Amino acid sequence: MTDKKTLMIDGKEVEFTDEPNLLEVIRHAGLNVPTFCYRPDLTQFGACRMCVVEVEYPNGRTMINSSCTMPPECGINVKLNTQRVRRIRKTVLELLLANHDKECLTCEKSGSCELQKYSEEYGIKKIRYPEKPIEEYLPIDDSSPSIVRDPNKCILCGACVRACTEFQGHSVLGFANRGSKTVIQPMAGKPLGQVDCVNCGQCAAVCPTGALTIKTCIDDVWSEINNPEKKTVVQIAPSVRVALGEMFGLKPGENTIGKIYAALRRIGFDFIYDTNFGADMTILEEAHEFVERLTKGENLPLFTSCCPAWVKYLEDQHPDMLSHLSTCSSPMSMQSPVMGKLVPEKLGCTRDDISVIAIMPCTAKKFEIIRSEHSRDGHQDTDHVLTTQELGRMIRAAGIDFDKLEPEQPDSPYAEYTGAGTIFGASGGVAEAAVRTAYKYATGEELKDMDIKELRGTTNRSKSVQLDIKGTKVIVRVVSTLKEAEKAIKEIKDGTANFQMLEVMACPGGCINGGGQPLSYDNSNIKCERAQGLYKEDKELAERRSHDNKSLQKLYDEYLECPGSHKAHELLHTTYIDRFQYSYKNMNQ
Amino acid sequence: MATLKIDIKQEQLKAQEEVKKQGLRVLVCCGTGCMANGSPEVIKKFEALGANVTTLGQYEKMTIVPTGCHGFCEQGVLVLIPQTHTVYVKVKPEDVEEIFESHIKGGKPVERLLYTDPKTNQKVQRSEDINFYAKQTRTALANCGHINAENIDEAIAVRGYEALANILAQNDPDAVIKEILDSGLRGRGGGGFPTGRKWQFTAANRGGKSYVVCNGDEGDPGAFMDRSVMEGDPHKLLEGIAIAAFAIGADEAYIYVRAEYPLAIKRLRRAIKDAEERHFLGEHIMGTDFNLTIHIKEGAGAFVCGEETALMASIEGERGMPRPKPPFPANKGLFGRPTLINNVETLANVPVIMLKGAKWFSSMGTETSKGTKTFALTGEVKNTGLIEVPMGTTLREIVFDIGGGIRNGKKFKAVQIGGPSGGCLTEEHLDLPMDYENLTKAGAMVGSGGLVVMAEDTCIVEVARFFMNFTQHESCGKCVPCREGTKQLLKILQKIVAGKGEMSDIDKLEELAHAVKDGSLCGLGKTAPNPVLSTLKYFKDEYIAHIRDKKCPAGVCTAMKKVVIQPDLCKGCTKCARTCPVGAISGTVKQPHVIDQSKCIKCEACLKGCPFKAIVLE
Repeated sequence: MTDKKTLMIDGKEVEFTDEPNLLEVIRHAGLNVPTFCYRPDLTQFGACRMCVVEVEYPNGRTMINSSCTMPPECGINVKLNTQRVRRIRKTVLELLLANHDKECLTCEKSGSCELQKYSEEYGIKKIRYPEKPIEEYLPIDDSSPSIVRDPNKCILCGACVRACTEFQGHSVLGFANRGSKTVIQPMAGKPLGQVDCVNCGQCAAVCPTGALTIKTCIDDVWSEINNPEKKTVVQIAPSVRVALGEMFGLKPGENTIGKIYAALRRIGFDFIYDTNFGADMTILEEAHEFVERLTKGENLPLFTSCCPAWVKYLEDQHPDMLSHLSTCSSPMSMQSPVMGKLVPEKLGCTRDDISVIAIMPCTAKKFEIIRSEHSRDGHQDTDHVLTTQELGRMIRAAGIDFDKLEPEQPDSPYAEYTGAGTIFGASGGVAEAAVRTAYKYATGEELKDMDIKELRGTTNRSKSVQLDIKGTKVIVRVVSTLKEAEKAIKEIKDGTANFQMLEVMACPGGCINGGGQPLSYDNSNIKCERAQGLYKEDKELAERRSHDNKSLQKLYDEYLECPGSHKAHELLHTTYIDRFQYSYKNMNQ
Repeated sequence: MATLKIDIKQEQLKAQEEVKKQGLRVLVCCGTGCMANGSPEVIKKFEALGANVTTLGQYEKMTIVPTGCHGFCEQGVLVLIPQTHTVYVKVKPEDVEEIFESHIKGGKPVERLLYTDPKTNQKVQRSEDINFYAKQTRTALANCGHINAENIDEAIAVRGYEALANILAQNDPDAVIKEILDSGLRGRGGGGFPTGRKWQFTAANRGGKSYVVCNGDEGDPGAFMDRSVMEGDPHKLLEGIAIAAFAIGADEAYIYVRAEYPLAIKRLRRAIKDAEERHFLGEHIMGTDFNLTIHIKEGAGAFVCGEETALMASIEGERGMPRPKPPFPANKGLFGRPTLINNVETLANVPVIMLKGAKWFSSMGTETSKGTKTFALTGEVKNTGLIEVPMGTTLREIVFDIGGGIRNGKKFKAVQIGGPSGGCLTEEHLDLPMDYENLTKAGAMVGSGGLVVMAEDTCIVEVARFFMNFTQHESCGKCVPCREGTKQLLKILQKIVAGKGEMSDIDKLEELAHAVKDGSLCGLGKTAPNPVLSTLKYFKDEYIAHIRDKKCPAGVCTAMKKVVIQPDLCKGCTKCARTCPVGAISGTVKQPHVIDQSKCIKCEACLKGCPFKAIVLE
């Protein structure tokens, strides 16, 4: 007797196991139904009514229900495309379109908009209902450095509200008003740029339409490239290499770094470097800092500081904890000033003559670069941040057939990297890389087993490992999402925390799932596949410890002296601001 | 069997003694309607007069008892003197002295303040002889209007908490559920789900924390059944909740009441406090191991919070938006725990079922719908008010016997039953026994029991527009069919009443209404199109008249009206031109005047003022 569970989909028997809802069963059977509001990583909401199916029970009773909220049951027959169901879906599309800004051609989301896609699939040729009058249009909110909010394109699927609440525990976005006047807006109806938004971009990543989009700087970057007076210096973050290919039909997790270097060169960037180099640099500094704090017993646990969303969160909500934060700048913000200083020296020009561009999986990096701490001599250390999505669009616009590109090499020297640098892109990677070097700094010996499996994996948002550094027990805690970070902070404040290092990434699973990565609405496994791409490269690289990076050793020998040196502090470390007075928490007091 | 520390029979005798000490009881209705009509002044007057009197014939003294709603709101302020079988209607503060002198002191009823039977034109003294009351069977409302809601002794005197005591002594929760199951009681909040089955499902999860929630978020326009129970007999509701909690194994309950019911909230709070003091609620109820804390949660006025999942979200402090079912509250409800959620009237029926037995209850009603149902009878009917009748009573009995027929000799047209989620019934349904199944078949629903009677001069398209406007504004905005669909349905209806409808709009209405009904997430959206669908079914010709002939047969829709001056009757007196507030009328003296229709706002000021009756409405 097996306990095989089955149901029928359009008359065909389908097996199911522990799928949380009917929609997942349908997808596992290789079929699909449309949906706007269902996102596998978020709680089911059942609002858009596009995934409705007709369910027939063995007793002949039939009902219509949203497949994203209905638990699978043995013996039912699920009909995906009956006349009744199709009529509901078509009506929903027509109703949404009647209320929607239909300037599709000039929409940021054109081509990747779910509303556009389903309207085409369902053959909506005419909207029979009167359209929203122009005087009812709401102003576009572009006050945030990272996200543009166009309420006229919002279909109120609530995915952003759930992402903000369930990932960041934060509720920067919420529903307001009732009936047809219902809107989603930042807290207290303020512009997004004036609330406690950490710019993580997860809202835009789950938005099916053009209501929440990434603030783009593609045109600015093209101007820099086409400016004969300027040399463009570009760096590319770890997690971009395992995700960009998805925009060109390649598998998630496929490492396309060689093709990316080639594409950047075709586009016209002058110097092509890699943020993985900066990541190795971060490890040298941070491992040094960690060992120092551990020895002195000061400011523990140490918080990692690579994630700009996490940094802003701490500044907004817990300024009393800022001393825990590593003073290390992020890999991008370490590499940019180094390049900004040394590239012009080598070329015999000034900082004005170069433009530093970073390609990031992250929308919060757009905020990071405008922070005053990351400017010197009247220049931002990084002039522009392009997200993975934006780079993909530039490659398309340049007419490059990405798939057919022959891999190329980057320029020297700021592109050499170790396996430790590349795993920065996955949650747990920074901590793992730091441990590999900290062990050496603390003991003088190399860590033998470099794979710290306990800190890997993208589904578990809170991980920890206990290490034995020559008799000293060190617990490293890794969390992704600020909701999990808040729990760890609470432990510290309650005095129950037992860890000495805390790695925080605001996006679930880390940068591989950043707000600027290629969109994927229905594949919850994508994080895992991308992370595996990074760990695979780590395994394959000749050097896997940051302190074994030859170009980096040379940089220290020739310029930076040693980790934690005065020069290193000047260029590679940063300070933080107490932003509590501007926070919502403060307003509520 | 468990032994109780409280002998309820003893308590009852004590309470009855207390009530007897009141002497002559003068009941003054203090339902919200009568309060607005001046019952507080009436009470003050009575008290002032009675203060110095020590004996009144056979009674040692007189006690003025403020009560909950008597139901006959049309005739308020109502004053009942049960010991002399007298009911006074439309009592004003200035009438009090006469009642006191003539009736209370002199033993001679004040004839002019008695109810006049509209059919026979005879004065009626006894409430049992007034048609409005005679045709009713009151179970849930049995004590409403007969006891002081703020005096727990009065509730105990009429067997309050006796059922709870019996159940606790018996200590068999499953037997309680069986009794409710056997009674055939179904949810009175609208859905009509068998109450006993709901209790069974929730009881299946006994063991951990679970909750009872009482839904008192009565939001239908014109409905006030639940309010009357909460205001008039709060202890019955509390007892019902306690019995339910005991049956399913809950130790915490919430009553969700709209903040617009301040009197209900005040009386419930008082009742909870009094009951806790007597150990009828709280820790170790009546000395047993059964504990129950009842909280009151004030709603913020959203209609959708009457939907059970939205209501629970609201209690949890979230935005009142419905959650998809399954999971059902019985498995995962309030704070993720098993929750039994019942409406006020449903729970108010529980103690009496437990006292008198399932057999007694199921002897009333029809095959599938047992017991009685309260309705708020409003609209164009002579006797508006709160009524309770056995299930299966026909519409004719309600409208013509209890309601006394249509006002001002007008003709009956339809009733809207079940509020904005319900549908309309017409003359052909007058003899239909009203129960859950029959009403659903006819395209309406029992709903919470709002019953609006409409006469011939009601425009049915306007009625549909009114209800659609209501649901559109009260939609929570979560799901697309309800939020956007009701908006478009409303737009079409607005277009039709504005005289701009097209024939294709009828099909559009019908198609969209069905899609909204099929596709919406919760009960609000699923039933929102009912008024449109049922009026389209029974009054399609009126829609067509609005659209094709640009005429409102009931003469209600202003857009279809045209004010015109009949040239042969107009003497050219110029009065109308001077009256018109927008300068739409022109003409020279002693010549017939004309109205510029593009300027006319149809205020009819000219029409009312014309000395020659030359201006008419077309």
